[in-house]
Amino acid sequence: MLLDVQDMNVHIKTEEGDLHAVQNLSFSVDQGETLCIVGESGCGKSITALSLMGLLPKAARRSATTLRFDTLDLQRLSSSEARALRGGRMGMIFQEPMTALNPVLTVGRQMTDVLRAHRKVSRKAAEARAIEMLERVGIGNAAHRLKQYPHELSGGLRQRVVIAMALMSEPEVIIADEPTTALDVTIQAELLRLLADLQKSMGLALIMITHDLGLVSRIADRVLVMYAGQAIEYAPAREFFARPTHPYTKGLLDSVPHDGQPRMEPLPAIPGTVPSLVGEIPGCHFRDRCLYAAEACGTRQPLAPWRPDHLVRCGRLADLDANGWRKTA
Amino acid sequence: MTDAAQTRPDPQQDPVLDIRGVTHDFAGRRSMFGRQPSIRAVDDVSFRIDKGDVLGIVGESGSGKTTLSKIMLGLIRPSQGEVLLHGKPVADLGRAEIARHVQFIFQDPYSSLNPRHRVGALIAQPMALRGIGTAAEREARAREMLDVVGLPARMFDAYPNQMSGGQRQRVAIARALTRRPEILICDEPTSALDVSIQAQVLNLLLELRKEFGLTYVIVSHNISVIRHMTTRVGVMYLGRMVEMNRAEALFARAEHPYTQVLLDSALSVAPDAGIPDLQLTPEFREQLRRHPAALHG
Repeated sequence: MLLDVQDMNVHIKTEEGDLHAVQNLSFSVDQGETLCIVGESGCGKSITALSLMGLLPKAARRSATTLRFDTLDLQRLSSSEARALRGGRMGMIFQEPMTALNPVLTVGRQMTDVLRAHRKVSRKAAEARAIEMLERVGIGNAAHRLKQYPHELSGGLRQRVVIAMALMSEPEVIIADEPTTALDVTIQAELLRLLADLQKSMGLALIMITHDLGLVSRIADRVLVMYAGQAIEYAPAREFFARPTHPYTKGLLDSVPHDGQPRMEPLPAIPGTVPSLVGEIPGCHFRDRCLYAAEACGTRQPLAPWRPDHLVRCGRLADLDANGWRKTA
Repeated sequence: MTDAAQTRPDPQQDPVLDIRGVTHDFAGRRSMFGRQPSIRAVDDVSFRIDKGDVLGIVGESGSGKTTLSKIMLGLIRPSQGEVLLHGKPVADLGRAEIARHVQFIFQDPYSSLNPRHRVGALIAQPMALRGIGTAAEREARAREMLDVVGLPARMFDAYPNQMSGGQRQRVAIARALTRRPEILICDEPTSALDVSIQAQVLNLLLELRKEFGLTYVIVSHNISVIRHMTTRVGVMYLGRMVEMNRAEALFARAEHPYTQVLLDSALSVAPDAGIPDLQLTPEFREQLRRHPAALHG
């Protein structure tokens, strides 16, 4: 197991009060595996990514029973050790490439700096590695690109540079937070294909944070769905898409327009909105929006096995038959 | 041939909007070495929009779709060609006259709503600006619209920052519809919204269309939204309309290779399908640029 997270909680102090952004979250990632963490805004997926990288905002407090990367205890790292890990064995890609790139430094300078911060290599050797990585991510005329500034590149090229940068120090895991959401669909497909190829050929573990279940179905080995700070479903991708089980997961899958739905007819939307995470929510967080809510949902629910290796947090798990929800709910 | 003829809009009907040979160039920036070449954002685009149509316009950023929608709104005067609203050139009509027929909503409802105004005032604002009705009448109308877009009455006194993204988009829709326009131009209406909220807003748009007989232009890069919501679709690439057809026909069989690229790049839920290899080499892009357009109405 490359990354092991057990019972992680993140609290953030806000003006309104204590926001319980991530609640009792557990998951693990093996070498070479792709885990997709899926959810909508405010579900805690991005805070989870920041927590893994040691980049939580100052107002956040984190606790966990286990938070381990390989043999490293992430809760006991000094800030310099954490820095060495980021951009070293752990790479990251954010949604907006300009946040990751320094606008006043050339691409080459930034790529070589990353490597030289982690390894004793000459500038020349670092530059050679940068050219190699740019070529690897499909950027032609790499030597010329090294001399360019980020603003001289298109959004798609910038994100390729960010990926190349993340690969400079041969990371073992890459954490990508909505890396293609801001890009055109064609560029998105090209970049995702590139990421998937690199992941396979380099044996990387990939943690992809996204709201897009279509994308998840194409690349995930395991899927973790988060809702309002909690994991609500966790399963291998094949099992997950064969038997999406939590009412929220099913609602999400149904509410995206797709083939087989009558065109120009109402979509099965999930009513209501996400609850505030300031203060305690008794019982199931999805209860107010759930078509199947019942008495049992008023109490706190564990993330429990419903089939082998398929965990679901739902108060009505006992009422599910092998085919999923019964209409008599 | 006959197929193409059938897909054309009914020539007997008077189009609501008629876009004729519209081209738009943005002037190049001036520098000390002179002016940079201008950029052709929209290149000789013609089509018509009939009452009740839902026309989807898809394309990548830089394809000209947003410029085109601004031209339809009369916000940009095209370099060449003209837009007719019920047969009259939009260029000859005042803003007020256009606004009575054509309204719009944008991607990010937050940036289009003044955060210091309450929802009721925001909805009534377009009427107030044009001096329509008394204050009491405007308030009554605003309350009515709040209900029409499915927001609770208590939200009348709320501020935009107290609302979710989906609720703000409902306010933007209410505001656009206060004067019962015929056409609503929606530029990426759900791109800033969460998936579960997107469906709510799309359902509202479908419902309002039925109730008020609205005509929509939906500009989006989201293929699944366009597929679900439209009667006709136009595909733009580098300023040109490369394909236009009835939605069903276009999604059943793309005629222009760029349309096929767009359809392929939409990642529907399909376990094991992997990520498609679009092979968008510069040579292929050049081919796409030169490929003749497939326009059926």
